[in-house]
Formats: sequence, structure tokens, C-alpha cells
Amino acid sequence: MNNFVYIRAENSQRALNALWETNNAKFLGGGTNLVDLMRERIEQPDAVIDITRLPMNQITELPDGGLRVGALVRNSHLAAHPLIRDRYRVLSQAILMGASAQLRNMATTGGNLMQRTRCYYFYDSAARCNKRTPGSGCDAIDGFNRIHAILGASSQCVATHPSDMCVAMAALDAVVRVTGKNGERSIPITEFHRLPSDTPSQDTNLNPDELITAVDLPNFPDARKSLYRKVRDRASYAFALVSVAAVLDVKGGRIQNARLALGGVAHRPWRATAAEQFLLHRPAEEKTFREAAELELQAAKPLAHNGFKVELAKRTIVDVLMELAGKAEVQ
Amino acid sequence: MSIFSKVTQAVVQFVPDRDRDQLSEEHRIVGKPIDRLDGPQKVTGAASFTADFPLEALVYASLAFSTVAKGKIRKIDASEAEKSSGVLSVITHKNAPKMKDPPLFSPSSGTDAAASTANVVNTDEIYWNGQAIAVVIADTLDGAEHAASLIKIEYDEEPAALSFEAAKSQAETPKNIMGEDTEVERGDTEKVLAQAKYKVDHVYSTPRFNHNAIELHATTAAWNGDQLTVYDTSQFVRGVADSLAKMFSLKKENVRVLAPFVGGGFGGKGSMWGHVQLCVLAAKVVGKPVKLVLTREGVFRTVGGRTPSEQRVALAADETGKLTALIHTGTTASSFANDFAEQFSFPARHLYATESLYLTQKLVRLNTTPNTFMRAPGESIGTFALESAMDELAYELGIDPVELRLRNDPDQDPAKHTEFSSRHFKEAYRLGAEKFGWQNRPAQPRSMRDGKWLVGQGVGTAFYPAYRFPAAARVRLNADGTAVIQSSAQEMGMGTATVQTQHAAERLGLPLEKIRFEYGDTNLPQAPVAGGSNQTVSIALAVQQACEKLHRELLKSAKQDQNSPLSGSHFDEVRACDGGLFRRDKPETGETYVEILSRLKQDFVEAESETGPPLETMKYSMGSYGAQFCEIRVNEQTGETRVSRWVGSFDTGRILNPKTAVSQFRGGIIMGIGMALTEETFFDERTGRIVNPSLAEYHLPVNADIPKIEAYFLDIPDPHTPLGAHGIGEIGITGCAAAVANAIYHATGKRIRELPITLDKLL
Repeated sequence: MNNFVYIRAENSQRALNALWETNNAKFLGGGTNLVDLMRERIEQPDAVIDITRLPMNQITELPDGGLRVGALVRNSHLAAHPLIRDRYRVLSQAILMGASAQLRNMATTGGNLMQRTRCYYFYDSAARCNKRTPGSGCDAIDGFNRIHAILGASSQCVATHPSDMCVAMAALDAVVRVTGKNGERSIPITEFHRLPSDTPSQDTNLNPDELITAVDLPNFPDARKSLYRKVRDRASYAFALVSVAAVLDVKGGRIQNARLALGGVAHRPWRATAAEQFLLHRPAEEKTFREAAELELQAAKPLAHNGFKVELAKRTIVDVLMELAGKAEVQ
Repeated sequence: MSIFSKVTQAVVQFVPDRDRDQLSEEHRIVGKPIDRLDGPQKVTGAASFTADFPLEALVYASLAFSTVAKGKIRKIDASEAEKSSGVLSVITHKNAPKMKDPPLFSPSSGTDAAASTANVVNTDEIYWNGQAIAVVIADTLDGAEHAASLIKIEYDEEPAALSFEAAKSQAETPKNIMGEDTEVERGDTEKVLAQAKYKVDHVYSTPRFNHNAIELHATTAAWNGDQLTVYDTSQFVRGVADSLAKMFSLKKENVRVLAPFVGGGFGGKGSMWGHVQLCVLAAKVVGKPVKLVLTREGVFRTVGGRTPSEQRVALAADETGKLTALIHTGTTASSFANDFAEQFSFPARHLYATESLYLTQKLVRLNTTPNTFMRAPGESIGTFALESAMDELAYELGIDPVELRLRNDPDQDPAKHTEFSSRHFKEAYRLGAEKFGWQNRPAQPRSMRDGKWLVGQGVGTAFYPAYRFPAAARVRLNADGTAVIQSSAQEMGMGTATVQTQHAAERLGLPLEKIRFEYGDTNLPQAPVAGGSNQTVSIALAVQQACEKLHRELLKSAKQDQNSPLSGSHFDEVRACDGGLFRRDKPETGETYVEILSRLKQDFVEAESETGPPLETMKYSMGSYGAQFCEIRVNEQTGETRVSRWVGSFDTGRILNPKTAVSQFRGGIIMGIGMALTEETFFDERTGRIVNPSLAEYHLPVNADIPKIEAYFLDIPDPHTPLGAHGIGEIGITGCAAAVANAIYHATGKRIRELPITLDKLL
């Protein structure tokens, strides 16, 4: 780890001032990812601004029936919150399938949004990585790429986004609230994370002068009928090979509303809009689900070792939708 | 096999057996499920591990690793590192004091213990990607780590041998395998196979595995003139001390190595890895005690793991299931800086009767970290191939997989034709089958289901040889009636200290609390490496001999004293009990140790003994056997596999402590489940670099992957071992991967012959 300056901010404005006045500064929330990356010398900030004292650790109800989740709400708190468990069960499930209890106790909502990829080559400073060192090349494309992207990747980068929480939020159309030099703005979560394109070093559309303050979950009654499935190499404490967050509303055997997001397959949580559109008004049955999954995965471009993810993603989509549809019939 | 060992083997057949150990049948303390004696120390944090010793003026070392797999260091620029705050020294091959070459570990040498011949930091030569090439010493750990990142290195890179697949064409046949003949041939196996009606012939492969003991490898070294004291995470303190003495040209007695507690070894700490000598070198250079704890990445880069393997097993049988041919051949890898052909062909030498037999091994060399011992080296991967093939043959024949094994239980060792010292293979299978409920298993694959989950049950044979190595121990009786047992033995969490204390209590006739077992220190009588599941038995024999010697001396002194009730008693006429020696014919006649020492007016009496070579293992076929039964579930949609039930049943001689024994079996089985389903080192063949050197990406099984594990044992003493016991540290992992693969076949109808069985292989 390199030496760095530690600054503790007492309120948002001071945090922002510190950010603006300091070169190469990073905000510190739970530190569960940033500190690891600093130890590995992947992140080398000159200053770390501790924002954990900022008053952003509340979950509050919004007038429209949605919820506002402060950026410093811990993952374990968010997952266990009665309103989250009741109204957005997919989000609670997703968080509980991530990391370990100890990490969830530390990790924050804003920090989870800012998680960086687990690509092996990103972590190894002896390897070439366009995300870590722009223009150096990518050792993953022709290397060990079993865990890498099958959708939306570029010739520069095939990394995936590691978060479970963000996949559920993508299915819920969450909105990220940020504040910066130009004041406050809102970024739909589906636009918050980027595809790698030719600038893989930029994970998100957050500007360097901005601070995440909260995530808004819109009023969404159908989200009670939701499910998160995570498929991984061991039963716990492993990143998703494929994960699926789904919301499904079925009436009279037909799909009234479907939201679908995939994890472990792309540089950002992958909102499966093609599949969603296909599902709408069609019969809630296996054939429909399979066709929707096929449609969504048409664009998949597997690498040498991750071809299995294409079929795995399709099967997991079908499995999750079948389970939700089965429950819908019972209801 | 050398002519010398052939002659020895022949002569040994006429050497009389050691008397059967009378304690084999004693049940006072030995055989009781005693809680491990160091448990309270460990859970309260009172136990000091290697990295915990707070020496005065201690400074910290960190290593820099090569990023190429082969070549020479062209230029190394440490100027920035040297200027970095708190840095005391940066040692590279340019300025390092010369060390003698590391003496490579070899069982025949006694105490040579180096894991590799690479004289790291004394050479510009690169043998593998990740080799240590510089040591930074600073007054803080963070300072040392940061400075190590500032070293700039340029290489003259050379083409490296990195592909196991490509190297196979140049594979060589090693001269021997762990001192045994590489090739075993009886009859014309290929001919029998070609003509057989029932046969299987397949290739099985296992990947690289890396060591991940919870305690990172660590060394603390302190010089005092030409006296060297080293705390080391070692399974072989004597070997480390003698190897350091050689490398630094010191007298053996001037090097003391201590390892009071080791946080898991599994073979990864069985030899001396480069960081040990580098820590000692660093302490010499800066003139202060130095602590070097490898990072988790450092363990992956500099400590070797299990070789990849590719094995062919071909089996032929008659219609009754009797084997007519058994072929087990294949290739493993070693490095250019060591020489270790992992003995995957060993199980087939001892397990099954067969009309014809052909076993051999080949070895390739790659520019990788030197491969090393990992829990049951050979038997773990060997049983995966052999026991998968036995399962495949069972389906070919339409014979139950358990029944097939029972029908091929041999009367004598199939390779050596020697008598078994103790073999209860059938009983172990029957006990396991009963406990598991095997009789209820439908034979047909894909015949059990639980919702989305296909359910399967599988079995595999467990096997590990019963080794014993020469060892020494000292027994001291104090005037207050307490006793101290000393041997430089290692405790990596297996329960060594507990079991040896139980043994000494039984042997001396003292209560447990009167005994102290001292170990993990080269100032004590010499113990062998804690490897090959030998330690318990090796130390036990030395303690047995030392106790006998001491008892004889006490009787001798009593003979000269008319006042002693033991006067005139012979050794065979007394037994140790109730805190002293008492006549067998008149149990009330005798003396306590307190009385004896008081009579002798001595503060203590002691005796030391050193055991000889294990002639019994040359005379008999000595091994432990078992059966691993498991039930697994495979998600039909996703291919995820979960183990839902496990029963292991073992024939491992007398069990000395059922509680620590079950922990050993269970630990082995957990490691076996990891080997079967989750563990794999990803080795990038373009660069020779391990790409998943962390606990996040190298998937050890977690609690959620492990079901309830039941371990049973027959507890039948081996008449040819001290206490009737066998070592049990390694057998638990053997047979596991095959049991899982066989259960997966039973669940899904898919035969996977490549570990680990990750979900993509089942989609």
C-alpha cells in the first residue's frame, strides 16, 4: 500500500470540498473493496476521504410510496429492513447472496455501486489491463476468461460487474442520486454503470467531482413478486457466474409486467429489455420464457472459457420466471 | 529399487517382529475422546504462533517476485526502494551475501529439507513466475511492502516450458517413485484387456491445487553471533535447522528452530521454502531480528502445490467381477528446481487382487513453482482415477460398486506379494454401507430426484500407507511425580500433543494432568517430518522405548536396594500404573515414582531413545483402508452440485483419541470435497502466472458447501505398530473425489473424468 492522506469529513459539503481540493482522492465508505485494491496497489489514491460520519445512513419513505436509501446504509441493514423485505424482496435476496456477513456489515450502498471488477488480470499488476492502465492491452480476452462477459464487451475489456445488489436495483429501476459542483442530479441505475467500449477504465458515469448521496427505489407494487437467483461455483462467498433478478406480474395466465436483469454477464448489470418486451402479454409458460431468454442472449459473444454462461443464463432466466409464474398461479 | 534396498527387503523377511505392544488393548486413557489439551490456549489467543513472538527490535521483511517464468535478471534498480521511508536494506542477487545451495528434501537424507534447489536472491536465474527476487527490510511491514513495489526489474526472458499438454511428449520415466520401483508389471495386461468381455479404459485428469492453510507461511529469525534462532511455520523443525546450518555454514547445534503451534500444514510446510532462508539472510544483513510473513499471494507465488496429472486406468474383469487386468499409468509435473514425481500409482499397488498388473508413471518438467506434498500426495489423485474406473467397471458388469470392491479384496499385497500386517477392508466397507444405508440405493442412474435436484449416491475406496520413520524421544520423571516427554515433533492442529500426552500417561501409569509433552523445538530429541501420516506412530515408538529404558533403569536401582518392594523384580513382572511400578502378580506391591525418586534422592530421572528404520514396513504390506460414501444433488437446470450427506468408514488400526481422530477424518473429507468440486489453480500458460492467488478466487469449500460428515472406524489394532495405531492425517482425503464423481454419475448419468467438477461440465 502507498502512503496516503486520511481526511475525515463531518458533512457532505466538507466531503465535497475535500474532494475538489485534493488531487486523486477517493471516498471511503465500508472500505471492503477500496482498501483491498489499495493493498494490491490497484488503487493508489493520494487521499482517502472518510465519509462514514455523514448523515446518509437512513432508509426513508418517499411521498410517492418509494424508498430513499442513504448512500451509507450498510448492506446488512438494507437487506434486513422490513420495508425492503416486504416491497423489494429481490433486493434483499440479492444482497444476502453477496459476500459474507462480515463484509455486508461493513459495505455501504454507495460503495456497492462503486465496486470494481474481479477480473483476475485487473488484480495482477504484472498483467496487461486496459481498465487499470489504459492502452496497455487486455490479457483476459485470450486468457482465463471463464468468469468474464458474454454481453456488451469490447475489444478493450471483457470484465464483468461483480455486484448482486446492483442487479436487483437494475430490475427495480432504481435511481442514483448524486451531488457535485453542478449541484444535485439523478442517474437511472441502468445508466449509472457503463459498458467498456473503448474507455474501460471508467466503470460509471459518476463525474469525478460527485458524491453519491442516496439510491431511490420507485414505488413498484409488482416488486413484491420478485426473485433473485445467483449461480456460482460454491454455495456461498463467490461471485455470480450468472445471476437473475426478476419481477413478474401475471394475470389470467398472461404476463402483465416483467422486469429482468442479469448479473455476471456484462460490464454492468444487464437489463434484459429485449426479453422484457417479448414477455409482455404473452402466456406465462416455459416456452415463452425460453424464447425470451433466447432473444436476450442472441447478442452473446462468448470467449474461450465462458461459453457455458450463454446456456446457463438462459436456463436460469427460465427457471426464475417459472418459479415466479408458479407462485403467481397460486396467488 | 537399489540393490541395497532389494537385499534389505529380502533380509528383513527373516527379522523377527517387534513384540506386540501391550498397550494396544489398554483403554484407560488411550482410546478416550479427550478434548485437545491446547484448545483453551487457542481459543483464548494465548497460543503463540510463529508470527506472534515479540522479539526486541524486530523489523519486517517483504519479498518482490519475478513476473516472468524463465530467464535472467538483466537489471534490477532498487534505488527508489532503498530511499523509501523506514527501509533498512534491499537485498538482491547483486548485493546478497552468498549462501550454500539449498539441500533438496529427500527422505533418504534424513534432514535435508529445502523445497527447491533454487538459491533465490543468490542467483540471477529465474525458474518460475513468482520466484522471490528481492527482499526489502524496513522498520514497519507497510514500509517494507511499499518499498518492495518500487523495485524495478528488467529481464532477459527465455522461452519457458509452461504447457503440461505440450510437455507430455518429452515426459521421462523417473528412476523411482518415493524409493519404490516406478514400474510394476505382472502378466500381459494389454493382451488380457484386448480380449476381455468386461472392461473400461479411460483417461482422468486433475488440475493444479495450491496450499491454503489458514496460517500464512511465516519466519522470524534472530542472530546472536553465530547462534541462530528461528521461529518457523514448519512441519519439520529439525529439517529446517539442519538445512539452514548447511546453507549458512553453521554448526548444527548453533541453529535452533521452534514451531510451538502451526496453523495448518497439509504438506505445504513440510519442506523449507525460499522465504525461510531469505528471512535468516535478511536478519544477518540488517543485524536485527526479522519477521517475514508471506502474503496470501506470496504463498501462491513461492510455495508449491499439487501437480496436475493425467492418468489412464484400464480395468478388465471376468463375468464375476474378478479383475483380470489393472493398468494405471500417467503423467505428473515437476519443476526445474526440484524433483518430485507424485505417487498416483501407489493405491493400485495395494488395493485389488488382479491376474495381471501394469503400473508406471511419467514426469514432465515445467517452469512452475516446485510441486510439493499436499495431503495424501499420490493417493488423493490416484484414488480419483482408480476409484472412478472401478465405478465405471461396476456399471459395465452390472455389479453393485461396493460388491465389486469386496470381490477383489486380495489375500496378499498385489505388487509386493507380502503379507498384510492388518487389513480389514471388507469390514470397513460393510460398516460404511450399513451406516450410509447403501442397500436402499437404486442401481440405475437418474433414478432419484428431489424437485429440481437430481440425487445420486457414490462410493470410493480410501487408502493410505502406514509409514513410520526413525524418531527420538526423552522421558523425564520428576521427584514430584510429574513427567515430561520431549520430542521435536510438530503440532499443526492434528492433536499430536494431546495424543502423545495420552500415550505417555498410559505408558507411565500416570494421570493425564501429570504429563507435559514438549515439542516443536530442535533443542529436543529429533522427530521426523510430520508428513506421510507417520508422526503419531513414529513418536509413540520412541516414547515407548524411552519409557521401557527408564523403567528398566528404575528396576535396576531397586535391585540394589533391599528396602524397595520392587527389589529383584524383572521388567516383565511389573506394570506401570497408579503413578508408579507395581508387580503384576501382586498389584499392591510396588512403589510410586515419588517414592522411588525419594529413595534415590534424585530430582529427576530420565531416559532417551532413538528408534531404528521401519523394518516392519518392508516385511509387511502396511496400510490403512476405508470407504467413502456420499450423496450429492445436482441442479438439473444449472449443474450446481451440493453434497448432502457423507459417511466415511475407516480401517486405520487402533484409534488413540476418537475426538481428534474424527476431526482428522472430517478435515480430510472436506479437503476432498474441495478437490472434487471447487478447487483449481488457474495457471496462465502464456506467462506461467497463477491468476487466482487469493481466497476470493481460489475456491476452497465454505461451510455452506459441507454437509454433516459422519466418520466411523473399526478400531482394530495393527499387531505390528506401537499402540496398534496407524497415522490418520491423510487417508480422509483419499477416495473422496471419486465418491463425488461416482455419485454425480449416479445422479445425472454423466461421467466426469476431469476435476474439479464445476457446473459448466454438467450443463
